[in-house]
Amino acid sequence: MLSEIALYGAFETGLIYGLVAFGIYLSFRVLDFPDLTVDGSFPLGAAVSAVLIIGGWNPWLATAAAILAGMAAGAVTAILNVRLKILNLLASILTMIALYSVNLRIMDRPNIALLSEDTVLTPWYDLGLAFHQVPVILFLIVAIVVMVLLWRFMQSEVGLAMRATGANPRMARAQGIATGWMIILGVALSNGLVAMAGSLFAQSQGAADVTMGVGVIVIGLASLIGGEAVLSPRSVFRALLACLIGAILYRLAIALALNADFIGLKTQDLNLITAVLVTLAIVLPNARHSVKSFFARS
Amino acid sequence: MNRSILKALVSAGLVLAAGALHAEPRTVAVTQIVEHPALDAVYEGVKDELAEAGYKEGEDVRYVHESAQANTAVASQIARKFVGEQPDVIVAIATPSAQTVAAAARNIPVVFSAVTDPVGARLVKSLEKPGANITGITDMLPLDKHLDMLQRVVPDAKRIGTVYNPGEANAVALVDQLEKKLDARGLTLVKAAATKTSEVLGAARSLVGKTDAIYLTTDNTVVSAAEAVISVGERAKIPVFAADTATVSRGAIAALGFDYYDVGRQTGKVVGRILAGENPGDIPVGGVDALSLFVNPEAAKRMGVELAPDVIADAEEVVTTE
Repeated sequence: MLSEIALYGAFETGLIYGLVAFGIYLSFRVLDFPDLTVDGSFPLGAAVSAVLIIGGWNPWLATAAAILAGMAAGAVTAILNVRLKILNLLASILTMIALYSVNLRIMDRPNIALLSEDTVLTPWYDLGLAFHQVPVILFLIVAIVVMVLLWRFMQSEVGLAMRATGANPRMARAQGIATGWMIILGVALSNGLVAMAGSLFAQSQGAADVTMGVGVIVIGLASLIGGEAVLSPRSVFRALLACLIGAILYRLAIALALNADFIGLKTQDLNLITAVLVTLAIVLPNARHSVKSFFARS
Repeated sequence: MNRSILKALVSAGLVLAAGALHAEPRTVAVTQIVEHPALDAVYEGVKDELAEAGYKEGEDVRYVHESAQANTAVASQIARKFVGEQPDVIVAIATPSAQTVAAAARNIPVVFSAVTDPVGARLVKSLEKPGANITGITDMLPLDKHLDMLQRVVPDAKRIGTVYNPGEANAVALVDQLEKKLDARGLTLVKAAATKTSEVLGAARSLVGKTDAIYLTTDNTVVSAAEAVISVGERAKIPVFAADTATVSRGAIAALGFDYYDVGRQTGKVVGRILAGENPGDIPVGGVDALSLFVNPEAAKRMGVELAPDVIADAEEVVTTE
């Protein structure tokens, strides 16, 4: 039913949004910090790397710069929260709004085309693979490397301290953990990952556009929660794997919806489908649990 | 059974079978970044133009139409879906959709539409000779003709104000062009930015005292909230001109017709040429030529301007505010 190219396209976009899901896992799940900065840091990553690539930088260096810019944005949100005591959700909204102007300043116009520029993908096209397979192979390698690095980080001393901060801040402080710094580091890392996704997305789509961040948070959450519903995240490794699987499943669901003329679905329904998917993913595991406990009681 | 009826049935069957063999419909896949009256009109224009050229929907041509709901990730997936289905032509409406299709399609003819700056968006190398597999129709406004019209109504205006959304690629391209054209005429452009419809009123107010006339482009954000600018124009007695005719019946003084349905008709012509076997890279990027003057004398009065009788006489439509 899905063409090969549509299928690869879903994997490509899914792998990129897997990085977004990693970021949202860090902020939402590990630190318990609802962070809307991502709607701004995704186009920030795209903007920074697009400007630098146009300026003749090596695309990988441009991507690294995008990550640093994203980390700076995340750090601003966290500092607003930790140091200035602004409610976390509000702090992230403030940064997100500010980033819209910042992104316009960085790009100096709303849209920068990368269609004929060298990107991280360019050298890979010479490998003799089909045109639509190249991004999937490269982004799969990137996603796995990032996942392994994150997994190792979460087991390090700092990573454990960060998890303790999110799980029980009071206890963490009693153990001598500087929870404020942990929040700043965690939210910065989270937005660095999201900016990296934005940078790679712009490079594979051929353009950076200030409007491309709209709804990133919802899609990231849908991927995170969907992945958790499929693969119960009993360990950090499984949780990260769930992010990746969830992001790919979400994109497959959209690809199917685009092909779902047979049940009368149209693209106009996509936002509704997303909301339904997220709701189901949140409700179903609990429902299974309550059904089980219902039978256990009786 | 009667022999002649049997005969008739058999021959009817043969005709049907022959028809099915002969007329495999051509596929035109259309992707647009968002549902929006102007962009929807482009799609309608494409279909009507092809129908007039003899492509009957369902028999000669089959349409596949998707909207990305303003989401670039979905736009990219739509592009991949289309490329995988190998249609005869992909029509991409508005800049972000056109860019995602251009990034995904290699051998399929692509016709973009409603893209203001195709060269700046890196869709084509040049307007005259697009090259490769892509061409299309730009919705760049005929700014010179619009400014001629504006100066005919208010010859003394020296400072021209405009409200625009700095986040909209098409709007920024238009404002840049506008600034150059005004410079060449010895006039100055006064810009006011509004990133969403709720900011348009404030932006329009900031122009009061700084401009002699206001000209609105086809910026989506500003056109959505044109009433806000018009109300400021009426209170401060600043004449407001529009780029699209629909805004004249909402209270702007005049517009030299620009209609997205016509953009669609032009796009349909290009699609027809490609279906007939032409190579997209050889078809120059076109623009809209159908223009008609719409005026609103009552609105002019409210903004402290008298429309000259010859201007009204030249108008194709004299409208009143709805």
